[in-house]
Amino acid sequence: MTLLSTHDLTAHYGDFQALFGIDLDVKAGEAVALVGANGAGKSTLLRALCGQLPVGSDQVHFDGQPVGGLRADRLVRLGLAMVPEGRRLFPSLTVEENLVMGAASKRPGPWNLKRIYDLFPVLKERRKVGATSLSGGQQQMVAIGRGLMSNPRLILCDEISLGLAPVIVKDVYAALPAVMAEGTAVVVVEQDIGQATRFAERFYCLCEGRVVLSGRCDAVDRDAIRQAYFGL
Amino acid sequence: MDWINVIIQGVLIGALYALFAAGLSLVFGVMRLVNLAHGDLIVMAAFLAFALVKALGLHPLVTIVFVVPIMAAFGYGLQRLLLNHTLGKGLLPPLLVSFGLSIILQNILMEVFSANTQRLQLGALEVSSLEIAPGLSVGWYPLLVLAAAVLFIGLIQALLYRTRLGAALRATSDDLDTTRLMGLDSRHLFAVATALALAITAIAGVLMAAKTNFDPMSGPSRLVYAYEAVIVGGMGSLWGTLAGGMVIGVAQAIGGSIDPGWQILAGHMAFLVVLMVAPRGLFPSSVS
Repeated sequence: MTLLSTHDLTAHYGDFQALFGIDLDVKAGEAVALVGANGAGKSTLLRALCGQLPVGSDQVHFDGQPVGGLRADRLVRLGLAMVPEGRRLFPSLTVEENLVMGAASKRPGPWNLKRIYDLFPVLKERRKVGATSLSGGQQQMVAIGRGLMSNPRLILCDEISLGLAPVIVKDVYAALPAVMAEGTAVVVVEQDIGQATRFAERFYCLCEGRVVLSGRCDAVDRDAIRQAYFGL
Repeated sequence: MDWINVIIQGVLIGALYALFAAGLSLVFGVMRLVNLAHGDLIVMAAFLAFALVKALGLHPLVTIVFVVPIMAAFGYGLQRLLLNHTLGKGLLPPLLVSFGLSIILQNILMEVFSANTQRLQLGALEVSSLEIAPGLSVGWYPLLVLAAAVLFIGLIQALLYRTRLGAALRATSDDLDTTRLMGLDSRHLFAVATALALAITAIAGVLMAAKTNFDPMSGPSRLVYAYEAVIVGGMGSLWGTLAGGMVIGVAQAIGGSIDPGWQILAGHMAFLVVLMVAPRGLFPSSVS
């Protein structure tokens, strides 16, 4: 069943057009990767999906309903969560307060503080400290946990490996199968093709605001993606 | 002994300034909104108390029970219907709109209550005092105002740092876009913050009405004291605001004891000195 789809999605920053007619779909419970170089439009696409950029109502459908242009807080209540690029934790809140903020939409579901602490035990030890005093990897865990606290049907993860050591990236990605086990679809945005294709079932490769290649990760060879990635 | 007396009187009047300022500090801290109508809202609360005393014969301090919820509800509506629309478009729209609101409020108060100077009478409480040392006594009413300032600033502080609503307000102050990604409705949160701010402003207004004369045009001068207290204390720090109010109050008391004409000026001078020496205030909040 298709959970999220876009139809000829365009997005602009003022006069500058950043996305040119994106068509993609994500099925319930699926893992999808969006890959592309810096400036390809990956983050813009995510911002357009989660209500942070103005888009036409029919350009985005979620669970069969047109949701383009809805406010971000309405989309969260429908079950669309976002782990924003750069984590964007609330610096004046503790780890636990950050996680609790994620539950503001009061959606029922399997995720609560206890489950998040089971998934990331290190956060339980440090729950009383200021969120931004954690290491980068731990902060990323808080950001993912905060997104899960809304019990989403789809979680969008924007560059969750950015600025982290490879061994930490492995730890962060190791948490995602537990998320998918609850039936939640996961979309990851990645610059690292290898990381993205190891995790996801399908991928979309963006270049200059367009989808230039898409398919199943196991059916396309790495070089084809690499060429699309650089717009060759 | 005279000097101690002067400083104590300054601290006590400063407590009232801190109450003036607490609402301003809260609103600025949460949504970076500079409300130029804040002084007129204080005076509006005072006139509400005045009207309740006239109409129902209530004791002035009992009117707080009614004025606080009325002002809080007014604050929620004001933020939701008017001030929210001025946010996110730069510094100027909230300034212009709240300046216009200030003029409108003054003129409505003038129309309804006339330009006469008013004051609420407290009877015996006004003149009774406590002798804390031989030759040194403080009025019970100023002490009550000080207690109210500490209590209500403490309550708001506890609400901000110990409740889920408080965490949401701090999160909004940190990063508005991301609070929306959490499913929080910032329009509602802002309105709640303004409702809280006007609840404490209502207390300030009623306590002021029984302490000093007021008229429909006295809002702007209250705004100036409130601003000075916020800036001296450090933007967005509530305990700093309490200290800031006291710095202004003590400076006024010292100025006034030298020459009555120096009272107001000395307060402004103290503000300017703090601004030159510590531009971020005495207790700047760690997150900025």
